[in-house]
Amino acid sequence: MAGIRIIPRLDIKGPNLIKGIHLEGLRVVGDPHAFALDYYQQGADELVFMDIVASLYQRNNLTEIIKRAADQIFVPITVGGGIRSLDDVRTLLHSGADKVAINTAAIARPALITEVSQRFGAQCMVLSVEAKRRPGGDGWEAFTDNGREHTGLEVADWVEQAVALGAGEIMLTSVDQEGTRKGFDIDLLHAVARRVQVPIIASGGYGRPEDLMAAAATGASGIAVADALHWRRTTVRELKAQARLGGLEVRS
Amino acid sequence: MTAPAVTVIDYGIGNLLNMVRALQRCGAQVTVAQQAAEIAHLPERLVLPGVGAFAGGMAEMRQRGFDDTVRRFALSGRPFLGVCVGAQMLFDVGEEFGEHAGLGLIAGRVQPVPAVTPAGARHRIPHIGWSALVRPEGRASWSHTPLSTFPPGESAYFVHSFAPVPNDASHRLADTYYDGVRICAAVGRDNIWGCQFHPERSGEPGLAVLKSFLEL
Repeated sequence: MAGIRIIPRLDIKGPNLIKGIHLEGLRVVGDPHAFALDYYQQGADELVFMDIVASLYQRNNLTEIIKRAADQIFVPITVGGGIRSLDDVRTLLHSGADKVAINTAAIARPALITEVSQRFGAQCMVLSVEAKRRPGGDGWEAFTDNGREHTGLEVADWVEQAVALGAGEIMLTSVDQEGTRKGFDIDLLHAVARRVQVPIIASGGYGRPEDLMAAAATGASGIAVADALHWRRTTVRELKAQARLGGLEVRS
Repeated sequence: MTAPAVTVIDYGIGNLLNMVRALQRCGAQVTVAQQAAEIAHLPERLVLPGVGAFAGGMAEMRQRGFDDTVRRFALSGRPFLGVCVGAQMLFDVGEEFGEHAGLGLIAGRVQPVPAVTPAGARHRIPHIGWSALVRPEGRASWSHTPLSTFPPGESAYFVHSFAPVPNDASHRLADTYYDGVRICAAVGRDNIWGCQFHPERSGEPGLAVLKSFLEL
């Protein structure tokens, strides 16, 4: 029986949990710690914290939020946003992160992937990808800075290269679907899942329980859910019950 | 009752804070040692956490003098717990990024998690996620082990590409199955215990493993 991880994703700007559409048009949701703790108590399999303005300021500002979370939360924590060096990774791991998600700096200098992987293990090195469907529907381009900056890279090629360099997991965000509640970009998940063997987390677009099953059917190992949880349209418990009904293995 | 005392080895890599906080949550009085020289007397209990690669971990262990500390501690009969790479380093040899000598406290090798399932399909590596712990064949009980209160069939969190393969089946404390592939999930020999899963990241059932360790 295949398993699926249910992973609340908390996008953070300054002290606030925020949520946007297509990674833009941000609205303040509330205190990230309170939301994270609630998700943990509901049985979230992991949590993802993304500092969504970090690349802009070239640093990750989540260390205090992560330290506080790690005091009370005993499931894996992935942190992303503005991570550019082994020192940045070390600081976040010592704050309580288990893994780091890197996008911009990995595209700027792919060797960073290898350095992080060799120093801290491949399982610590999550490649974060912001994918936008190309006009005309011919493939997907990788973006940085919350879907604003073009890289010219074809997503599936880039992911394959990054895995060869040592990325141990992929967090694959569809910028097109993100915040729309219209479902994950299933074609994108298929396109990436058949190119690499590392686990893939589907991110961007969860709207209905069927979306969970559709993502799992592509071979995705987890789904990141943000606004559906933050705005209380569903709960971690409900997502797990749904997964179980669909024949997927989830922890109780 | 005084709080159980435990020393956690900091070899410069990994999720130290998470292990410390989890042990504190379980009521332990935690000391962190960054060099073997800081450990004047053998502590009551010793924990070797792990995130990272085998070779880098062993190199740091040797540089900080901890390889010798752990070997001496193992002979003391006091409870020792290694987690993930910390459990892997207990073995003779690790095969991550080339062959590297481990601490040699439990006979066997640390090998890649098989990428092909018994059904012949490729599956995703690293093995990341929650997976149920079961008693290996021939092990009647988890009494007097860190798993003493862990219900068989409950899930724990794994994140790894390598796993120990003990030479002696009696050293297998728990197994888990990843798409049908049997993985050694926990090991034990006398006072030395190792978890391939992360008790400090396995929610409340994981904390129960640490509590049991503190009561050994």
